[in-house]
Amino acid sequence: MHAYTEKIREAAQRLLTEKKVDAVIGFRHGTVPMMSEPVCVRHADQVHQLVWNGFCGINLANYLAKRKDRVAVTAKGCDSRNIVIHLQENQIRRDQVYILGAPCHGMVDRRKVWEFLKGREPLQVMENGSSLKVSGKGFEEVLERQAFLQDNCRICTHRNPVIYDELLGDPVPEQTDVDRYEDVRRVEAMDSEGRWRYFNDLIASCIRCYACRNACPLCYCPTCFVDESRPQWVGKTLDPTDTRTFHLLRAFHVAGRCTDCGSCERACPMSIPVRQFTKKLEKDVKELYGYEAGVVVEGRPPLDTYRPDDPQDFIK
Amino acid sequence: MKNPYLPYPVRIQEIITETQDRNLKTFKLVFLNPEDEAGFVYMPGQFAELSVAGQGEVPIGIASSPTEKGFLMFTVNRVGRVTTYLHNMKPGDVMGVRGPLGNWYPWEEMKGKNVVIIGGGFAFTTLRSSIVWMLDPAHRKDYGDITVVYGARNPGMLLYKDELVAWEQRDDITMHLTVDATDDPTWKYNVGFVPAVTKEKAPGAENAYAIVCGPPIMIKFTLPVLTDLGFPPERIITSLEMRMKCGIGMCGRCNIGTEYVCKDGPVFSMEKLATLPNEY
Amino acid sequence: MLKIFVPKDKMPRWIGRIMDGARVFAPVKEGDGYRFRLVTRPDKLDFSYQNTRLSPKELVHPPAEAMFSYSLKKGDPKAGILEEIPKALGTRVVMGIRPCDAKAFQLVDVNFVTDQYMDPWWQRRRQNTVLVGLGCHEPCSTCFCTSVGSGPFDAGALDVLMTDLPEGYLLEAVTEAGRALLADAPEGAPASDTVLTEARFLAQQAEKALPRLFMLDPLREKAMTALFQEAFWEEVQFACINCGTCTFLCPTCWCFDIQDEVHQQEGVRLRLWDSCMFPLFTLHGSGHNPRNQKLQRVRQRFMHKFKYYVDKYGNGPACVGCGRCVQYCPVNIDIRRVAAMMTASCVCPT
Repeated sequence: MHAYTEKIREAAQRLLTEKKVDAVIGFRHGTVPMMSEPVCVRHADQVHQLVWNGFCGINLANYLAKRKDRVAVTAKGCDSRNIVIHLQENQIRRDQVYILGAPCHGMVDRRKVWEFLKGREPLQVMENGSSLKVSGKGFEEVLERQAFLQDNCRICTHRNPVIYDELLGDPVPEQTDVDRYEDVRRVEAMDSEGRWRYFNDLIASCIRCYACRNACPLCYCPTCFVDESRPQWVGKTLDPTDTRTFHLLRAFHVAGRCTDCGSCERACPMSIPVRQFTKKLEKDVKELYGYEAGVVVEGRPPLDTYRPDDPQDFIK
Repeated sequence: MKNPYLPYPVRIQEIITETQDRNLKTFKLVFLNPEDEAGFVYMPGQFAELSVAGQGEVPIGIASSPTEKGFLMFTVNRVGRVTTYLHNMKPGDVMGVRGPLGNWYPWEEMKGKNVVIIGGGFAFTTLRSSIVWMLDPAHRKDYGDITVVYGARNPGMLLYKDELVAWEQRDDITMHLTVDATDDPTWKYNVGFVPAVTKEKAPGAENAYAIVCGPPIMIKFTLPVLTDLGFPPERIITSLEMRMKCGIGMCGRCNIGTEYVCKDGPVFSMEKLATLPNEY
Repeated sequence: MLKIFVPKDKMPRWIGRIMDGARVFAPVKEGDGYRFRLVTRPDKLDFSYQNTRLSPKELVHPPAEAMFSYSLKKGDPKAGILEEIPKALGTRVVMGIRPCDAKAFQLVDVNFVTDQYMDPWWQRRRQNTVLVGLGCHEPCSTCFCTSVGSGPFDAGALDVLMTDLPEGYLLEAVTEAGRALLADAPEGAPASDTVLTEARFLAQQAEKALPRLFMLDPLREKAMTALFQEAFWEEVQFACINCGTCTFLCPTCWCFDIQDEVHQQEGVRLRLWDSCMFPLFTLHGSGHNPRNQKLQRVRQRFMHKFKYYVDKYGNGPACVGCGRCVQYCPVNIDIRRVAAMMTASCVCPT
């Protein structure tokens, strides 16, 4: 995947020099192992900062909403689907974004590596094809990369960008033998009390920092419902009712829009698997409407469509 | 030390609708406990947190003067949750006051000086306090000429109209009232923006301080006028607004650089503000 | 001051006795991280952690705390009058706190206890809490305490400093409260010279392992407005998504909100953690917001820690180098890098 780095720099150089874009949004090397930092490069002499690796898990569509300038952006499959949603929701115009599509092999979940190391601190992590070389004080481990991917990447069925202006490499084979909803079905099979307990336990450690919300490209409302004070919809304490309200409403707000990019889970400082909420809704939208968010630009998403022949009465 | 977050209970004695748009009301508050009143020692320029149980608190400049005993007075603009609720309260209702908070206009430093007060719109509250305080027989001799330029959008938007008329008739204070525009034939004062009226009517800067309070746009255009008149930055005083919660310099939100507007302010000289980041 | 050595197998007995007289808080493994929790059994103590996920500031400054209560019942003579909610703030011992986290309490004291006002809850909890610190043998790669004027064995904000040695713990009293705790420890014996030498060596090794990343002097020397206007803020702020992770995890971030909450006829006034990263933090009722841009909010956080605090209190910076924000920032904004830019004598464009 490092091969993309050269292609990104080349494209950035060209696009900036030819003034096709005002800036290029991509990643630069992080300051800690297994992290890359989003960066906005505005001058051709700075394109050397741009890199690509397996630690580019952040969804860059998050930096596009309501922009006024023209930008190029590197986009994995999920990022590209969120760009589609931005287009559908009029957050940006197509002629404002030049998409450098990155066919994706999945992003590394650093928490999984930490868990494997059991307290030993990784000081350097190198990717080499399908393996990860992790080294630290007095140890070196070679890990199978596939086993340390983010949960959402392991079950991803849209690794290739669905929309792009140029591709950074050949398309990768899509995963077809994955079961996206094994965990959702497990929760569905619980009785209502069990589910209540399951979700309460899930969010027990939430500190209401809103990293999940802010990492999400879909959360661009000028005033989020949790910040509204007239009327105040949600209390601001760590009372389980308030925390639950926040997570449930957030999930419903992204229903039919979520691309399962995993940014929320990745951002959570308390390691809460918040995708357990959004995946259930993703499954429902798929079953009820046969729809996957952000896969095609044309047409309207089911949840913002009104049809006079809707079979349900309440909407008429 | 007393718990600085705990408001004193007060009763609303009187509510006066100040402006024709009914968005500004003055609340006269009396303390429920006499010892609280004795402890509430303030100076013109300070503010307090008005507290409404179940709604929250809002920082408001004290419009009464320390020379007016037996009550506190606040003029409240209806903008948010607390102030909207407050506007619907009735005389006799119980609420809270926490303060006095912040610093005040430099009354010691201004002794023996002429004072030019320039106010716009509903920012006239602590200026009213200041005028009443200076005109009090105990203090009037401490200050030289007092000149007031006060403007509003139209005559119906001026605060404290009865007092303005009374001050007009005194000879120990010079009033220059103005409105941006009016079709009221009975309006006998100036028509024009505060900066222009200041330029025309304000006395010289010699031995004088200027206190300027008003909307940001008014301040922006009045400052160059004062500079032209010869006021140095250390003798131009203003009072700032900021979102506040604690009012005692602890909750962290109202800072401009190193200064907490609630505790180190709200009163600053232009000289001081020039040393701070332009973030207010 | 008193220095004793307690063999590892006797530590639970010593801690058990402390538990008889005080509530003991210590790091507890929760999910994939550690957190300070009330511990009631001495054998549950686990000092094998590097750093807790959340800082122990929550022990002194809880994320949500009810300050006052009131009734809203019609006809209740006390309706609308706030009353302080009584709290039993008994003696507490925090076992195994890192020197950096303890230093953070000290840095925040100047905000909550001033000549003019005193925050009663902060002050009482601080007064009733004894800090038994655990020196850091193996600082994380994200630690930078030595760059901000502290160190892995800095005892300056502790009551007792513990050093983990192969056979047991060296316990050194730092304050009178610490001495009292060690005076009542028949499990221990006066520390021998060998033990002391061994401990000094460990401390030196740990300190050496931490590089100095930037100098602090330029923070005092540079003008506030000049730093405020630096061009590098534009680059620093880009990746920020304005979540509250850095501020919530930070041991020195103390900002809070005050909110009323009503359940039927009863209400409380609460104090809640807040964050300068949130636009609502500074939004005026009029709609004006002095920090409505992300750049302004990101700059505020770093300027507060490295410049405003330094200038206001002649101390600091208001950062202890614990590295939590470096580890957990979802977009890898690294405070070490920003501090290096703020303290550099010449900032070259990258």
